[in-house]
Amino acid sequence: MPRFHRDPQILNNEALEILEGLQAKAALTPKDRMAIPLQKPAVLDPLERSQWQDEVEKTYTPAQAVVESMRCLHCKNPNCVKGCPVGIDIPGFLKATAEGEFQKAVDTIKESSLLPAICGRVCPQERQCQENCMIGKAHKDVGQSVAIGKVERFLADWERSQGHSGLEVKPESGHKVAVIGSGPAGLVVAADCRREGHEVHVFEALHKLGGVLRYGIPEFRLPKSVVDGQIETLKKMGVHFHTDYIVGRTRKLQDLLDKDGFGAAFIGVGAGLPIFMGIPGEDYVGVCTANEYLTRANLMGGINPGHSDTPMYRSKKVVVLGGGNVAMDSCRMAKRLGAEEVTVLYRRSRQEMPARREEVEHAFEEGIRFCFLENACAINADENERVKSVTVQRYKLGEPDASGRRRPVPIEGDTYELECDTVLIAIGNSSNPLLTTATPGLELNAKGNVIVDQETGQTSLERVYAGGDIVLGAATVILAMGEGRRAARSINKLLAEK
Amino acid sequence: MANLESIVGKVTPREGYEILTKEYLSENVVRMRVRAPEIARERRPGQFIIVQTDVDYGERVPLTIADANSEEGWIAMIFQIVGKTTEEMSHFEVGDYFPVVSGPLGKPTDLEKFGRVVAVGGGIGLAPLYPIVQGLKALGNHVTVIAGARNKGLLILEEEMRAVADEYIVMTDDGSYGRKGLVTHPLKELCEADPKPDMVIAIGPPVMMKFCALTTKPYGVHTLASLNTLMVDGTGMCGCCRVSVDGKIRFVCVDGPEFDAHLVDFDNMIKRLSAFTEQESEARDATCRFRAMVKEMQEASEL
Repeated sequence: MPRFHRDPQILNNEALEILEGLQAKAALTPKDRMAIPLQKPAVLDPLERSQWQDEVEKTYTPAQAVVESMRCLHCKNPNCVKGCPVGIDIPGFLKATAEGEFQKAVDTIKESSLLPAICGRVCPQERQCQENCMIGKAHKDVGQSVAIGKVERFLADWERSQGHSGLEVKPESGHKVAVIGSGPAGLVVAADCRREGHEVHVFEALHKLGGVLRYGIPEFRLPKSVVDGQIETLKKMGVHFHTDYIVGRTRKLQDLLDKDGFGAAFIGVGAGLPIFMGIPGEDYVGVCTANEYLTRANLMGGINPGHSDTPMYRSKKVVVLGGGNVAMDSCRMAKRLGAEEVTVLYRRSRQEMPARREEVEHAFEEGIRFCFLENACAINADENERVKSVTVQRYKLGEPDASGRRRPVPIEGDTYELECDTVLIAIGNSSNPLLTTATPGLELNAKGNVIVDQETGQTSLERVYAGGDIVLGAATVILAMGEGRRAARSINKLLAEK
Repeated sequence: MANLESIVGKVTPREGYEILTKEYLSENVVRMRVRAPEIARERRPGQFIIVQTDVDYGERVPLTIADANSEEGWIAMIFQIVGKTTEEMSHFEVGDYFPVVSGPLGKPTDLEKFGRVVAVGGGIGLAPLYPIVQGLKALGNHVTVIAGARNKGLLILEEEMRAVADEYIVMTDDGSYGRKGLVTHPLKELCEADPKPDMVIAIGPPVMMKFCALTTKPYGVHTLASLNTLMVDGTGMCGCCRVSVDGKIRFVCVDGPEFDAHLVDFDNMIKRLSAFTEQESEARDATCRFRAMVKEMQEASEL
């Protein structure tokens, strides 16, 4: 049995006790709801969990989910819904959950979101739905908001455990839809178009499905069984999947439309071209992108060193550059793969970190060292060009910049050497050119992102739609999903008119 | 463990990309034709594919497409047995399937009528060079092939190259065939001749390409090299294959594999190629030990 930081049995008993007390009351007043303590999910012991890949945070027990849902005040004008990129009826599903109507609650979510098991785990809720929650506001702590994401996750996992998670499919329409990329945007389009009875083919360039959900986000944050479950559901609905199929290379996009009988195509190929720092020494042996590191570990099976043929870096002292979710995934992965000392350098302060609050907390608990207001300005190597240290520049916060965050300003002369053998660069991605450069007529912006109509998701090409990171630049799973739904609506409309 | 099974050769994947032919071009160089109609249709000279022997734990190995036939729907790959995966691949037989073959990747060679072209191939580098020579000839170029190998036994594709090239020069390190010496010797002579070459393309070990570039540079002969850096996904996602070209970071998988050889930082590229030498030799040793053990057991059971 794994050791828990917070034990599920104890937490469940506490929730049951609270529930008993609440059920004794005739009706809950807002004051009663305010008094219900935030339900915390079980979490694995940090020392132990940082040695293995198991999911760190566990799903709520049913009692916990019910109690947590009872914290919702059911505001007349719910700000949480406004914070959700796909506008899920949050008070609606919380009400159903509080009443123990889990299926009804799931169905409510599915009206707007098709991947609740994934979004419940990876959405930055504290900056979306939970940011504006009145409970959080009343406590003056967003961490005290109703844990909407955790309830969502509970419901999705509950549904999967019940074995009925498929969506109804209309009779075959006779139309074919090509979905390029099997990441979050593509999966959503596949589901929405298949529901209308279209024959859907998903083309994935890599050898496994799921896109960033597979190669990027690690097992300890998003178990691959959850991703597999989602894909299985789509397969059961009749969606066809093709791996090792690089649209633009194996087949031109225009050929799919003109020769292979596809009525419409959706481009959801993601960002997937790593950005470098532009500092001296990025070519040295031991410097790699977070994409490379995580791909080796997740997609190529590097988390099982005895099995995988793809070698992993044997790192003892790792420096991670960046402050987003990918940086958090990288530093925590490095720890799990045996690094003794892992340091994250971030040039702003903790408040500005774009990573999910929870991931940062988990990384802290696991013993990751954080250096805020610091950044590498050079990477240094030994005579064999193997990394031996980074030169770190210290910063102070200056005037606010365009993003409203205070701009970090280097403190002249304030540098030091930080010894390390591996440097992981996690500062973002730009757009992957594989498809876009092989598709004449597809209009791109200066950054190489596909330009789409804001209402319909249509590109400059007829019958071709796009969404997700290839349109937005590196963003989030839920935004990609929202884009996918928009494009799917347009595709379904287009095909219905044919 | 799927890997061990495929090593023993008893269980190989039953679906994927069927191996149609298999032959040894030298002691440790294998040519296979694989059924991949879509890649055969789309590929152009200079492009590569990614091959895996196991979908869960296999490496993604980049291999140049050595030949293809779109009507018959096959592509040819030529690989040298150097590491664990190529060793495993050599134990796949006709009728077996590679679970993953994807491509074509990389930019095709920019083929046009240059005039006089010298194509330098060293060792296994002659394999990717062959379709490029074919393409250059088809456009009416005069092509001189300089083929280099450590010794006669390791020279590949002689017959094929002789059939297409206008001139064919063999260099061996030990003089066991053709002239003794390095490929850079005849390359220098050709650069000094009148007319000098309009273009040189060099494919082979990084050190060979580096010295080809150094040889042609004083003569101002435009020189291309096809780079073989380490790769993981091969689709631009990871950046493992990056090289410094004219001081800028370029990705071999999406910006290459061919670059202006005079602008490539070969020294850094060679260092980066050694990033996993330790792990690679351990993996190869373990495979060899395992195979020896299996052989011993099989022999013992036959007795």
